[in-house]
Amino acid sequence: MTETAATTRTSTPSGAAFSAAESAALRADFPILSAEVNGSPLVYLDSGATSQKPRQVLDAERSFYEHDNAAVHRGAHTLAALATESFEDARSTVARFVGARDEEIVWTSNATEGINLVAYAMSNASFGRGGAAAQRFALGAGDEIVVTEMEHHANLIPWQELAARTGATLKFIPIDDDGSLRLDDLEHIVTERTRVLAFTHVSNVLGIVNPVEELVARARVVGALTVLDACQSAPHLHLDLAALGVDFAVFSGHKMLGPTGIGVLYGRGDLLDALPPFLTGGSMITTVTMETAEYLPAPQRFEAGTQRVSQAVALAAAVRYLQSVGLDRISAHEALLGERLVAGLSALPGVRVLGQAAGHHRVGLASFDVAGIHSHDVGQFLDDRGIAVRVGHHCAQPLHRRLGITSSTRASTYLYSTADEVDQAIQGVADATVFFGVTS
Amino acid sequence: MSSTELQALYQELILDHSRHPQGFGLKPGAAAESHQVNPTCGDEVTLRLHVEPGSDVVTSVSWEGHGCAISQASASLFTEMADSLTLDDLSSRIDLFRTAMRSRGAIEPDEELLGDAAALGGVSKYIARVKCAMLAWVAAEHAIAQVRSR
Repeated sequence: MTETAATTRTSTPSGAAFSAAESAALRADFPILSAEVNGSPLVYLDSGATSQKPRQVLDAERSFYEHDNAAVHRGAHTLAALATESFEDARSTVARFVGARDEEIVWTSNATEGINLVAYAMSNASFGRGGAAAQRFALGAGDEIVVTEMEHHANLIPWQELAARTGATLKFIPIDDDGSLRLDDLEHIVTERTRVLAFTHVSNVLGIVNPVEELVARARVVGALTVLDACQSAPHLHLDLAALGVDFAVFSGHKMLGPTGIGVLYGRGDLLDALPPFLTGGSMITTVTMETAEYLPAPQRFEAGTQRVSQAVALAAAVRYLQSVGLDRISAHEALLGERLVAGLSALPGVRVLGQAAGHHRVGLASFDVAGIHSHDVGQFLDDRGIAVRVGHHCAQPLHRRLGITSSTRASTYLYSTADEVDQAIQGVADATVFFGVTS
Repeated sequence: MSSTELQALYQELILDHSRHPQGFGLKPGAAAESHQVNPTCGDEVTLRLHVEPGSDVVTSVSWEGHGCAISQASASLFTEMADSLTLDDLSSRIDLFRTAMRSRGAIEPDEELLGDAAALGGVSKYIARVKCAMLAWVAAEHAIAQVRSR
Protein backbone atom coordinates (compact mmCIF):
# COMPACT_ATOMS: atom_id res chain seq x y z
CA MET A 1 0.00 0.00 0.00
CA THR A 2 1.27 3.45 -0.79
CA GLU A 3 -0.02 6.87 -0.06
CA THR A 4 -0.72 7.58 -3.70
CA ALA A 5 -4.13 5.94 -3.43
CA ALA A 6 -5.17 8.61 -0.97
CA THR A 7 -5.72 11.32 -3.55
CA THR A 8 -9.10 12.43 -2.30
CA ARG A 9 -11.09 15.54 -2.90
CA THR A 10 -11.34 16.41 0.75
CA SER A 11 -8.80 16.43 3.52
CA THR A 12 -7.29 13.09 4.46
CA PRO A 13 -5.19 12.05 7.43
CA SER A 14 -1.54 12.99 7.07
CA GLY A 15 0.17 9.86 8.47
CA ALA A 16 1.62 7.02 6.45
CA ALA A 17 -0.20 3.70 6.16
CA PHE A 18 1.31 0.60 7.77
CA SER A 19 3.92 -1.45 5.93
CA ALA A 20 3.32 -5.19 5.60
CA ALA A 21 5.78 -5.84 8.43
CA GLU A 22 4.16 -3.25 10.70
CA SER A 23 0.75 -4.67 9.93
CA ALA A 24 1.88 -8.20 10.76
CA ALA A 25 3.41 -7.01 14.04
CA LEU A 26 0.16 -5.24 15.00
CA ARG A 27 -1.95 -8.27 14.16
CA ALA A 28 0.24 -10.47 16.35
CA ASP A 29 -0.99 -8.44 19.35
CA PHE A 30 -4.58 -9.59 18.75
CA PRO A 31 -4.98 -13.27 19.73
CA ILE A 32 -8.41 -13.68 18.10
CA LEU A 33 -7.13 -12.67 14.67
CA SER A 34 -5.36 -16.02 14.30
CA ALA A 35 -8.66 -17.88 14.76
CA GLU A 36 -10.27 -20.03 12.10
CA VAL A 37 -13.95 -19.64 11.32
CA ASN A 38 -15.81 -22.26 9.26
CA GLY A 39 -12.50 -23.72 8.14
CA SER A 40 -11.02 -20.44 6.91
CA PRO A 41 -8.83 -17.85 8.63
CA LEU A 42 -10.98 -15.21 10.30
CA VAL A 43 -11.39 -12.03 8.26
CA TYR A 44 -12.84 -9.66 10.82
CA LEU A 45 -14.58 -6.75 9.10
CA ASP A 46 -17.04 -5.84 11.84
CA SER A 47 -14.96 -3.45 13.92
CA GLY A 48 -17.62 -0.78 13.54
CA ALA A 49 -19.81 -2.96 15.77
CA THR A 50 -17.05 -3.89 18.18
CA SER A 51 -13.27 -4.00 17.91
CA GLN A 52 -11.00 -6.89 18.79
CA LYS A 53 -8.65 -6.51 21.79
CA PRO A 54 -4.87 -6.63 21.94
CA ARG A 55 -3.05 -8.68 24.58
CA GLN A 56 -1.98 -5.42 26.26
CA VAL A 57 -5.62 -4.61 27.09
CA LEU A 58 -6.46 -8.13 28.22
CA ASP A 59 -3.32 -8.17 30.38
CA ALA A 60 -4.19 -4.82 31.96
CA GLU A 61 -7.61 -6.04 33.04
CA ARG A 62 -6.21 -9.32 34.39
CA SER A 63 -3.37 -7.52 36.15
CA PHE A 64 -5.81 -5.16 37.87
CA TYR A 65 -7.73 -8.10 39.31
CA GLU A 66 -4.53 -9.91 40.25
CA HIS A 67 -2.82 -7.02 41.99
CA ASP A 68 -4.98 -3.93 42.60
CA ASN A 69 -8.61 -4.97 42.98
CA ALA A 70 -10.68 -3.17 45.63
CA ALA A 71 -13.67 -0.84 45.80
CA VAL A 72 -12.83 2.68 44.65
CA HIS A 73 -13.62 5.97 46.43
CA ARG A 74 -14.92 4.21 49.54
CA GLY A 75 -12.10 2.66 51.54
CA ALA A 76 -8.96 3.60 53.39
CA HIS A 77 -6.90 0.44 53.10
CA THR A 78 -3.89 0.12 50.83
CA LEU A 79 -5.60 -1.79 48.04
CA ALA A 80 -8.52 0.63 48.05
CA ALA A 81 -6.06 3.46 47.53
CA LEU A 82 -4.28 1.57 44.75
CA ALA A 83 -7.54 0.77 42.98
CA THR A 84 -8.74 4.37 43.28
CA GLU A 85 -5.46 5.60 41.87
CA SER A 86 -5.66 3.20 38.91
CA PHE A 87 -9.26 4.23 38.30
CA GLU A 88 -8.48 7.96 38.35
CA ASP A 89 -5.27 7.51 36.31
CA ALA A 90 -7.40 5.81 33.69
CA ARG A 91 -9.67 8.86 33.64
CA SER A 92 -6.68 11.14 33.09
CA THR A 93 -5.36 8.97 30.28
CA VAL A 94 -8.71 9.03 28.47
CA ALA A 95 -9.16 12.76 29.16
CA ARG A 96 -5.81 13.65 27.58
CA PHE A 97 -6.60 11.36 24.64
CA VAL A 98 -9.63 13.46 23.67
CA GLY A 99 -8.39 16.91 24.68
CA ALA A 100 -10.40 17.10 27.91
CA ARG A 101 -9.74 17.80 31.60
CA ASP A 102 -10.14 14.94 34.07
CA GLU A 103 -13.30 16.32 35.64
CA GLU A 104 -14.92 16.58 32.22
CA ILE A 105 -14.86 12.78 31.81
CA VAL A 106 -17.70 10.69 33.27
CA TRP A 107 -17.60 6.89 33.10
CA THR A 108 -20.75 5.26 31.78
CA SER A 109 -21.57 1.69 30.79
CA ASN A 110 -21.55 2.59 27.12
CA ALA A 111 -22.22 5.51 24.78
CA THR A 112 -25.96 4.85 24.81
CA GLU A 113 -26.00 5.35 28.57
CA GLY A 114 -24.04 8.59 28.13
CA ILE A 115 -26.66 10.05 25.81
CA ASN A 116 -29.47 8.86 28.06
CA LEU A 117 -27.68 10.39 31.04
CA VAL A 118 -27.75 13.81 29.38
CA ALA A 119 -31.35 13.38 28.22
CA TYR A 120 -32.62 12.24 31.63
CA ALA A 121 -30.60 14.89 33.46
CA MET A 122 -32.27 17.45 31.20
CA SER A 123 -35.71 16.14 32.02
CA ASN A 124 -34.79 16.25 35.71
CA ALA A 125 -33.87 19.89 35.15
CA SER A 126 -37.21 20.34 33.41
CA PHE A 127 -38.89 19.14 36.63
CA GLY A 128 -37.00 21.88 38.48
CA ARG A 129 -34.24 19.64 39.86
CA GLY A 130 -30.82 21.24 40.11
CA GLY A 131 -32.16 24.66 40.97
CA ALA A 132 -31.51 27.86 39.08
CA ALA A 133 -28.13 26.68 37.75
CA ALA A 134 -29.86 23.81 35.94
CA GLN A 135 -32.53 25.95 34.30
CA ARG A 136 -30.41 26.24 31.15
CA PHE A 137 -31.08 22.50 30.69
CA ALA A 138 -34.84 22.70 31.26
CA LEU A 139 -37.09 22.04 28.27
CA GLY A 140 -40.77 22.66 27.68
CA ALA A 141 -43.37 23.27 25.01
CA GLY A 142 -42.00 25.52 22.28
CA ASP A 143 -38.42 24.30 22.75
CA GLU A 144 -36.84 22.23 20.02
CA ILE A 145 -34.32 19.38 19.87
CA VAL A 146 -32.54 18.82 16.56
CA VAL A 147 -30.84 15.62 15.40
CA THR A 148 -29.84 14.42 11.93
CA GLU A 149 -31.43 11.89 9.62
CA MET A 150 -28.33 9.68 9.74
CA GLU A 151 -28.29 9.08 13.50
CA HIS A 152 -27.79 5.73 15.18
CA HIS A 153 -30.92 4.87 17.19
CA ALA A 154 -28.91 5.64 20.35
CA ASN A 155 -28.73 9.29 19.34
CA LEU A 156 -32.35 9.47 18.23
CA ILE A 157 -34.62 7.59 20.60
CA PRO A 158 -33.37 9.23 23.85
CA TRP A 159 -34.25 12.60 22.25
CA GLN A 160 -37.64 11.34 21.08
CA GLU A 161 -38.31 10.32 24.66
CA LEU A 162 -37.01 13.60 26.10
CA ALA A 163 -39.28 15.51 23.74
CA ALA A 164 -42.25 13.35 24.74
CA ARG A 165 -41.55 13.87 28.46
CA THR A 166 -41.08 17.62 28.27
CA GLY A 167 -43.39 18.71 25.44
CA ALA A 168 -40.46 19.86 23.33
CA THR A 169 -40.43 19.22 19.57
CA LEU A 170 -37.92 16.97 17.81
CA LYS A 171 -36.68 18.05 14.38
CA PHE A 172 -33.97 16.76 12.11
CA ILE A 173 -31.43 17.89 9.54
CA PRO A 174 -32.12 15.86 6.36
CA ILE A 175 -29.50 14.18 4.21
CA ASP A 176 -28.86 14.20 0.49
CA ASP A 177 -29.06 11.09 -1.68
CA ASP A 178 -25.32 10.63 -1.19
CA GLY A 179 -25.76 10.72 2.57
CA SER A 180 -24.19 14.09 3.31
CA LEU A 181 -26.04 16.48 5.60
CA ARG A 182 -28.13 19.10 3.83
CA LEU A 183 -26.85 22.22 5.49
CA ASP A 184 -28.41 24.67 3.02
CA ASP A 185 -31.46 24.85 5.27
CA LEU A 186 -29.55 24.77 8.55
CA GLU A 187 -30.62 28.27 9.63
CA HIS A 188 -34.28 27.32 9.34
CA ILE A 189 -33.87 24.08 11.25
CA VAL A 190 -31.51 25.18 14.02
CA THR A 191 -33.21 28.34 15.28
CA GLU A 192 -33.63 30.42 18.44
CA ARG A 193 -36.05 27.73 19.65
CA THR A 194 -33.38 25.01 19.38
CA ARG A 195 -32.08 23.97 22.79
CA VAL A 196 -30.15 20.83 21.84
CA LEU A 197 -28.35 19.89 18.63
CA ALA A 198 -27.29 16.22 18.75
CA PHE A 199 -25.38 14.70 15.86
CA THR A 200 -22.88 12.04 14.99
CA HIS A 201 -19.26 12.87 14.22
CA VAL A 202 -18.85 9.92 11.83
CA SER A 203 -21.80 7.94 10.46
CA ASN A 204 -21.70 4.26 11.44
CA VAL A 205 -23.36 3.40 8.13
CA LEU A 206 -21.98 5.91 5.64
CA GLY A 207 -18.49 6.47 7.01
CA ILE A 208 -18.99 10.18 6.38
CA VAL A 209 -17.20 12.67 8.64
CA ASN A 210 -19.69 15.41 9.48
CA PRO A 211 -18.69 19.11 9.56
CA VAL A 212 -18.63 19.54 13.33
CA GLU A 213 -17.29 23.10 13.20
CA GLU A 214 -20.16 24.35 11.04
CA LEU A 215 -22.80 22.70 13.22
CA VAL A 216 -21.22 23.92 16.46
CA ALA A 217 -20.96 27.44 15.04
CA ARG A 218 -24.67 27.50 14.22
CA ALA A 219 -25.60 26.05 17.62
CA ARG A 220 -23.57 28.76 19.33
CA VAL A 221 -25.32 31.51 17.40
CA VAL A 222 -28.70 30.33 18.70
CA GLY A 223 -27.45 29.24 22.15
CA ALA A 224 -28.19 25.53 21.71
CA LEU A 225 -26.26 22.79 23.52
CA THR A 226 -24.35 20.42 21.26
CA VAL A 227 -24.11 16.66 21.86
CA LEU A 228 -21.62 14.76 19.72
CA ASP A 229 -21.81 11.01 19.12
CA ALA A 230 -18.10 10.21 18.80
CA CYS A 231 -18.46 6.40 18.79
CA GLN A 232 -17.11 6.05 15.26
CA SER A 233 -14.55 8.84 15.50
CA ALA A 234 -12.79 8.39 18.86
CA PRO A 235 -11.37 4.97 17.84
CA HIS A 236 -10.23 6.10 14.41
CA LEU A 237 -9.44 9.82 14.21
CA HIS A 238 -7.42 12.25 16.27
CA LEU A 239 -10.10 13.75 18.49
CA ASP A 240 -9.81 17.07 20.34
CA LEU A 241 -13.17 17.74 21.96
CA ALA A 242 -12.12 21.08 23.43
CA ALA A 243 -10.99 22.28 20.00
CA LEU A 244 -14.22 21.05 18.40
CA GLY A 245 -16.11 23.11 20.98
CA VAL A 246 -18.93 20.65 21.56
CA ASP A 247 -20.76 20.79 24.89
CA PHE A 248 -21.20 17.05 25.36
CA ALA A 249 -19.76 14.01 23.64
CA VAL A 250 -20.02 10.26 24.10
CA PHE A 251 -18.03 7.25 22.96
CA SER A 252 -17.73 3.61 23.90
CA GLY A 253 -14.68 1.64 25.02
CA HIS A 254 -15.35 -1.61 23.20
CA LYS A 255 -15.12 0.01 19.75
CA MET A 256 -11.62 1.32 20.52
CA LEU A 257 -9.81 -1.85 21.63
CA GLY A 258 -11.21 -1.62 25.16
CA PRO A 259 -13.58 -3.99 26.98
CA THR A 260 -17.37 -3.93 26.93
CA GLY A 261 -19.18 -2.30 29.84
CA ILE A 262 -17.35 1.02 29.74
CA GLY A 263 -18.18 4.22 27.91
CA VAL A 264 -17.39 7.88 28.29
CA LEU A 265 -19.49 11.00 28.61
CA TYR A 266 -17.62 14.26 28.10
CA GLY A 267 -19.12 17.50 29.37
CA ARG A 268 -17.46 20.84 28.67
CA GLY A 269 -16.16 23.10 31.42
CA ASP A 270 -18.63 23.65 34.23
CA LEU A 271 -21.66 22.28 32.37
CA LEU A 272 -21.49 18.96 34.22
CA ASP A 273 -21.46 20.67 37.61
CA ALA A 274 -24.71 22.44 36.77
CA LEU A 275 -26.43 19.36 35.37
CA PRO A 276 -28.65 17.48 37.85
CA PRO A 277 -27.74 13.82 38.38
CA PHE A 278 -29.42 10.98 36.49
CA LEU A 279 -28.64 7.84 38.51
CA THR A 280 -28.48 8.48 42.25
CA GLY A 281 -27.18 6.47 45.19
CA GLY A 282 -23.87 5.74 46.85
CA SER A 283 -20.56 7.46 46.08
CA MET A 284 -22.09 10.53 44.45
CA ILE A 285 -23.09 12.51 47.56
CA THR A 286 -21.64 14.81 50.23
CA THR A 287 -24.33 14.93 52.94
CA VAL A 288 -27.40 12.72 53.20
CA THR A 289 -30.34 13.01 55.58
CA MET A 290 -33.57 11.02 55.62
CA GLU A 291 -35.19 13.80 53.61
CA THR A 292 -32.59 15.02 51.15
CA ALA A 293 -29.05 14.77 49.79
CA GLU A 294 -26.35 17.02 48.44
CA TYR A 295 -24.27 15.94 45.52
CA LEU A 296 -20.58 15.89 44.71
CA PRO A 297 -19.32 17.92 41.78
CA ALA A 298 -18.71 16.21 38.43
CA PRO A 299 -17.66 13.62 37.56
CA GLN A 300 -18.58 11.80 40.80
CA ARG A 301 -22.14 13.12 40.84
CA PHE A 302 -22.80 11.00 37.75
CA GLU A 303 -21.06 7.86 39.00
CA ALA A 304 -23.50 6.37 41.49
CA GLY A 305 -22.90 2.88 42.78
CA THR A 306 -20.07 0.44 42.18
CA GLN A 307 -18.01 1.55 39.24
CA ARG A 308 -16.56 -0.27 36.23
CA VAL A 309 -13.04 -0.20 37.55
CA SER A 310 -11.30 -3.00 35.67
CA GLN A 311 -12.96 -1.81 32.47
CA ALA A 312 -11.70 1.75 32.99
CA VAL A 313 -8.19 0.45 33.63
CA ALA A 314 -8.35 -1.71 30.51
CA LEU A 315 -9.74 1.17 28.44
CA ALA A 316 -6.76 3.29 29.50
CA ALA A 317 -4.49 0.47 28.29
CA ALA A 318 -6.36 0.54 24.98
CA VAL A 319 -5.81 4.29 24.72
CA ARG A 320 -2.10 3.88 25.40
CA TYR A 321 -1.97 1.20 22.71
CA LEU A 322 -3.66 3.53 20.19
CA GLN A 323 -1.30 6.36 21.16
CA SER A 324 1.76 4.15 20.76
CA VAL A 325 0.65 3.21 17.24
CA GLY A 326 -0.37 6.80 16.46
CA LEU A 327 -3.83 8.02 15.52
CA ASP A 328 -2.53 9.77 12.42
CA ARG A 329 -1.18 6.50 11.08
CA ILE A 330 -4.30 4.56 12.04
CA SER A 331 -6.47 7.14 10.25
CA ALA A 332 -4.29 7.03 7.15
CA HIS A 333 -4.32 3.23 7.07
CA GLU A 334 -8.10 3.06 7.45
CA ALA A 335 -8.74 5.80 4.90
CA LEU A 336 -6.89 3.69 2.32
CA LEU A 337 -8.86 0.60 3.28
CA GLY A 338 -12.11 2.56 3.09
CA GLU A 339 -11.17 3.87 -0.34
CA ARG A 340 -10.24 0.36 -1.49
CA LEU A 341 -13.55 -1.04 -0.21
CA VAL A 342 -15.65 1.61 -1.93
CA ALA A 343 -13.74 1.42 -5.21
CA GLY A 344 -13.84 -2.39 -5.30
CA LEU A 345 -17.47 -2.78 -4.28
CA SER A 346 -18.72 0.01 -6.54
CA ALA A 347 -17.12 -1.71 -9.52
CA LEU A 348 -19.24 -4.85 -9.00
CA PRO A 349 -22.45 -5.08 -11.07
CA GLY A 350 -25.57 -4.52 -8.96
CA VAL A 351 -23.68 -3.25 -5.92
CA ARG A 352 -24.58 0.17 -4.56
CA VAL A 353 -22.32 1.62 -1.90
CA LEU A 354 -24.24 3.87 0.49
CA GLY A 355 -22.88 7.36 1.02
CA GLN A 356 -20.38 9.27 -0.99
CA ALA A 357 -18.62 7.81 -4.02
CA ALA A 358 -15.01 6.72 -4.12
CA GLY A 359 -12.67 9.71 -3.96
CA HIS A 360 -14.42 11.36 -1.02
CA HIS A 361 -12.80 11.03 2.35
CA ARG A 362 -14.41 8.44 4.60
CA VAL A 363 -13.32 6.31 7.50
CA GLY A 364 -12.49 2.67 6.81
CA LEU A 365 -15.97 1.29 6.36
CA ALA A 366 -18.52 0.82 3.61
CA SER A 367 -22.16 -0.25 3.71
CA PHE A 368 -23.68 -1.55 0.53
CA ASP A 369 -26.76 -3.00 -1.08
CA VAL A 370 -26.57 -5.85 -3.56
CA ALA A 371 -29.46 -5.83 -6.04
CA GLY A 372 -31.49 -9.02 -5.70
CA ILE A 373 -29.69 -10.34 -2.61
CA HIS A 374 -30.76 -9.57 0.93
CA SER A 375 -27.98 -8.47 3.30
CA HIS A 376 -28.53 -11.54 5.51
CA ASP A 377 -27.81 -13.77 2.56
CA VAL A 378 -24.70 -11.77 1.59
CA GLY A 379 -23.48 -11.99 5.18
CA GLN A 380 -24.20 -15.71 5.35
CA PHE A 381 -22.24 -16.33 2.16
CA LEU A 382 -19.25 -14.33 3.46
CA ASP A 383 -19.41 -16.01 6.88
CA ASP A 384 -19.05 -19.35 5.14
CA ARG A 385 -15.57 -18.14 4.19
CA GLY A 386 -14.77 -16.83 7.64
CA ILE A 387 -15.48 -13.22 6.67
CA ALA A 388 -17.36 -11.38 9.43
CA VAL A 389 -19.47 -8.40 8.34
CA ARG A 390 -22.51 -6.69 9.81
CA VAL A 391 -25.91 -7.14 8.19
CA GLY A 392 -29.21 -5.44 8.90
CA HIS A 393 -30.08 -1.81 9.53
CA HIS A 394 -27.07 -1.14 11.82
CA CYS A 395 -29.38 0.60 14.32
CA ALA A 396 -30.20 3.25 11.73
CA GLN A 397 -33.64 2.43 10.37
CA PRO A 398 -34.60 6.00 9.38
CA LEU A 399 -31.36 6.39 7.41
CA HIS A 400 -31.96 3.15 5.51
CA ARG A 401 -35.57 4.14 4.84
CA ARG A 402 -34.37 7.50 3.51
CA LEU A 403 -32.02 5.65 1.14
CA GLY A 404 -34.88 3.43 -0.04
CA ILE A 405 -33.74 0.16 1.53
CA THR A 406 -34.47 -1.88 4.66
CA SER A 407 -31.04 -3.24 5.36
CA SER A 408 -27.48 -3.29 4.08
CA THR A 409 -24.20 -5.15 4.49
CA ARG A 410 -21.36 -3.30 6.21
CA ALA A 411 -17.66 -4.06 6.10
CA SER A 412 -15.75 -2.04 8.68
CA THR A 413 -12.01 -2.05 9.27
CA TYR A 414 -9.61 -1.09 12.03
CA LEU A 415 -5.88 -0.73 12.48
CA TYR A 416 -5.37 -4.51 12.27
CA SER A 417 -7.29 -4.91 8.99
CA THR A 418 -5.39 -5.46 5.76
CA ALA A 419 -5.83 -4.70 2.08
CA ASP A 420 -5.87 -8.45 1.46
CA GLU A 421 -8.83 -8.85 3.80
CA VAL A 422 -10.67 -6.06 2.01
CA ASP A 423 -9.97 -7.79 -1.31
CA GLN A 424 -11.27 -11.09 0.04
CA ALA A 425 -14.52 -9.39 1.06
CA ILE A 426 -14.91 -7.77 -2.35
CA GLN A 427 -14.26 -11.10 -4.09
CA GLY A 428 -16.73 -12.74 -1.72
CA VAL A 429 -19.46 -10.29 -2.66
CA ALA A 430 -18.71 -10.86 -6.35
CA ASP A 431 -19.00 -14.63 -5.83
CA ALA A 432 -22.21 -14.22 -3.84
CA THR A 433 -23.88 -12.55 -6.82
CA VAL A 434 -23.07 -15.66 -8.87
CA PHE A 435 -24.15 -18.07 -6.10
CA PHE A 436 -27.52 -16.38 -5.72
CA GLY A 437 -27.95 -16.13 -9.46
CA VAL A 438 -28.13 -12.37 -9.91
CA THR A 439 -25.07 -12.35 -12.18
CA SER A 440 -23.60 -15.17 -14.22
CA MET B 1 -16.29 -22.19 -3.69
CA SER B 2 -18.76 -22.63 -0.89
CA SER B 3 -19.18 -25.26 1.79
CA THR B 4 -21.63 -28.14 1.66
CA GLU B 5 -23.39 -26.60 4.68
CA LEU B 6 -24.00 -23.44 2.71
CA GLN B 7 -25.22 -25.45 -0.29
CA ALA B 8 -27.58 -27.31 2.07
CA LEU B 9 -28.85 -24.03 3.52
CA TYR B 10 -29.52 -22.52 0.12
CA GLN B 11 -30.87 -25.53 -1.78
CA GLU B 12 -32.14 -24.85 -5.25
CA LEU B 13 -35.69 -25.49 -4.01
CA ILE B 14 -35.31 -22.69 -1.44
CA LEU B 15 -33.77 -20.25 -3.89
CA ASP B 16 -36.58 -21.03 -6.39
CA HIS B 17 -39.24 -20.31 -3.79
CA SER B 18 -37.51 -17.08 -2.76
CA ARG B 19 -37.47 -15.88 -6.36
CA HIS B 20 -40.99 -17.06 -7.21
CA PRO B 21 -42.89 -17.12 -3.92
CA GLN B 22 -46.26 -18.87 -3.63
CA GLY B 23 -49.17 -16.97 -2.13
CA PHE B 24 -47.48 -13.58 -2.47
CA GLY B 25 -50.03 -10.75 -2.61
CA LEU B 26 -52.68 -10.22 0.06
CA LYS B 27 -56.16 -11.44 -0.86
CA PRO B 28 -59.42 -10.09 0.56
CA GLY B 29 -61.77 -12.08 2.76
CA ALA B 30 -59.29 -13.42 5.29
CA ALA B 31 -60.35 -14.94 8.60
CA ALA B 32 -57.37 -13.35 10.32
CA GLU B 33 -54.20 -11.40 9.60
CA SER B 34 -50.90 -11.01 11.45
CA HIS B 35 -47.93 -8.72 10.88
CA GLN B 36 -44.52 -9.80 12.17
CA VAL B 37 -41.19 -7.99 12.16
CA ASN B 38 -37.69 -9.34 12.65
CA PRO B 39 -36.18 -6.53 14.73
CA THR B 40 -32.55 -7.32 13.89
CA CYS B 41 -32.97 -6.68 10.17
CA GLY B 42 -36.33 -4.93 9.84
CA ASP B 43 -37.70 -7.69 7.64
CA GLU B 44 -41.45 -8.08 7.83
CA VAL B 45 -44.31 -10.25 6.74
CA THR B 46 -48.05 -9.73 6.73
CA LEU B 47 -49.87 -13.03 6.49
CA ARG B 48 -53.56 -13.74 6.00
CA LEU B 49 -55.30 -16.97 6.78
CA HIS B 50 -58.29 -17.79 4.61
CA VAL B 51 -60.66 -20.29 6.22
CA GLU B 52 -63.72 -21.98 4.75
CA PRO B 53 -66.79 -20.35 6.33
CA GLY B 54 -68.41 -22.51 8.99
CA SER B 55 -65.44 -24.87 9.20
CA ASP B 56 -61.86 -24.86 10.44
CA VAL B 57 -60.27 -25.80 7.14
CA VAL B 58 -57.68 -23.46 5.65
CA THR B 59 -58.55 -22.71 2.04
CA SER B 60 -55.45 -20.63 1.34
CA VAL B 61 -52.75 -18.40 2.76
CA SER B 62 -51.85 -15.05 1.25
CA TRP B 63 -48.99 -12.85 2.36
CA GLU B 64 -46.74 -9.92 1.59
CA GLY B 65 -43.38 -8.93 2.93
CA HIS B 66 -39.72 -8.43 2.24
CA GLY B 67 -36.68 -10.13 3.56
CA CYS B 68 -33.88 -12.58 2.95
CA ALA B 69 -34.06 -15.66 0.77
CA ILE B 70 -34.77 -17.84 3.82
CA SER B 71 -37.69 -15.78 5.11
CA GLN B 72 -39.27 -15.40 1.68
CA ALA B 73 -38.86 -19.07 0.78
CA SER B 74 -40.15 -20.09 4.19
CA ALA B 75 -43.34 -18.04 3.77
CA SER B 76 -43.82 -19.54 0.32
CA LEU B 77 -43.26 -23.11 1.53
CA PHE B 78 -45.63 -22.51 4.43
CA THR B 79 -48.29 -21.36 1.99
CA GLU B 80 -47.95 -24.59 -0.01
CA MET B 81 -48.11 -26.75 3.09
CA ALA B 82 -51.06 -25.01 4.76
CA ASP B 83 -53.50 -25.55 1.93
CA SER B 84 -56.54 -27.67 3.00
CA LEU B 85 -55.27 -28.37 6.52
CA THR B 86 -57.46 -27.91 9.58
CA LEU B 87 -56.38 -25.27 12.07
CA ASP B 88 -55.41 -28.00 14.53
CA ASP B 89 -53.24 -29.76 11.96
CA LEU B 90 -51.66 -26.48 10.96
CA SER B 91 -50.89 -25.65 14.60
CA SER B 92 -49.22 -28.98 15.20
CA ARG B 93 -47.12 -28.62 12.06
CA ILE B 94 -46.00 -25.15 13.18
CA ASP B 95 -44.93 -26.69 16.51
CA LEU B 96 -43.11 -29.46 14.67
CA PHE B 97 -41.32 -26.96 12.45
CA ARG B 98 -40.31 -24.81 15.42
CA THR B 99 -38.92 -27.81 17.28
CA ALA B 100 -36.80 -28.74 14.27
CA MET B 101 -35.65 -25.13 13.77
CA ARG B 102 -34.56 -24.84 17.40
CA SER B 103 -32.72 -28.16 17.41
CA ARG B 104 -29.39 -26.80 16.13
CA GLY B 105 -29.37 -29.42 13.41
CA ALA B 106 -30.23 -32.34 15.70
CA ILE B 107 -33.77 -32.92 14.38
CA GLU B 108 -34.55 -33.38 10.69
CA PRO B 109 -37.92 -31.86 9.83
CA ASP B 110 -40.58 -34.47 9.06
CA GLU B 111 -41.02 -34.37 5.28
CA GLU B 112 -44.28 -36.33 5.37
CA LEU B 113 -45.96 -33.72 7.50
CA LEU B 114 -44.15 -30.56 6.40
CA GLY B 115 -43.72 -31.32 2.71
CA ASP B 116 -41.14 -29.29 0.85
CA ALA B 117 -40.79 -27.00 3.90
CA ALA B 118 -38.62 -29.77 5.33
CA ALA B 119 -35.92 -28.46 2.98
CA LEU B 120 -35.48 -25.60 5.47
CA GLY B 121 -33.92 -28.05 7.92
CA GLY B 122 -30.44 -26.70 7.15
CA VAL B 123 -31.40 -23.38 8.73
CA SER B 124 -31.43 -24.88 12.21
CA LYS B 125 -27.61 -25.09 12.21
CA TYR B 126 -27.47 -21.30 11.85
CA ILE B 127 -28.92 -19.92 15.07
CA ALA B 128 -29.00 -16.35 13.76
CA ARG B 129 -31.20 -17.39 10.84
CA VAL B 130 -33.87 -19.35 12.70
CA LYS B 131 -35.89 -16.16 13.19
CA CYS B 132 -35.85 -15.60 9.42
CA ALA B 133 -37.29 -19.05 8.80
CA MET B 134 -39.87 -18.70 11.60
CA LEU B 135 -41.22 -15.27 10.60
CA ALA B 136 -44.21 -16.43 8.48
CA TRP B 137 -44.89 -19.38 10.76
CA VAL B 138 -45.13 -17.13 13.80
CA ALA B 139 -47.46 -14.83 11.84
CA ALA B 140 -49.65 -17.85 11.05
CA GLU B 141 -49.64 -18.90 14.70
CA HIS B 142 -50.93 -15.47 15.70
CA ALA B 143 -53.57 -15.58 12.96
CA ILE B 144 -54.77 -19.01 14.15
CA ALA B 145 -55.02 -17.69 17.71
CA GLN B 146 -57.19 -14.82 16.45
CA VAL B 147 -59.55 -17.17 14.61
CA ARG B 148 -59.86 -19.38 17.69
CA SER B 149 -60.48 -16.50 20.07
CA ARG B 150 -63.68 -15.61 18.23
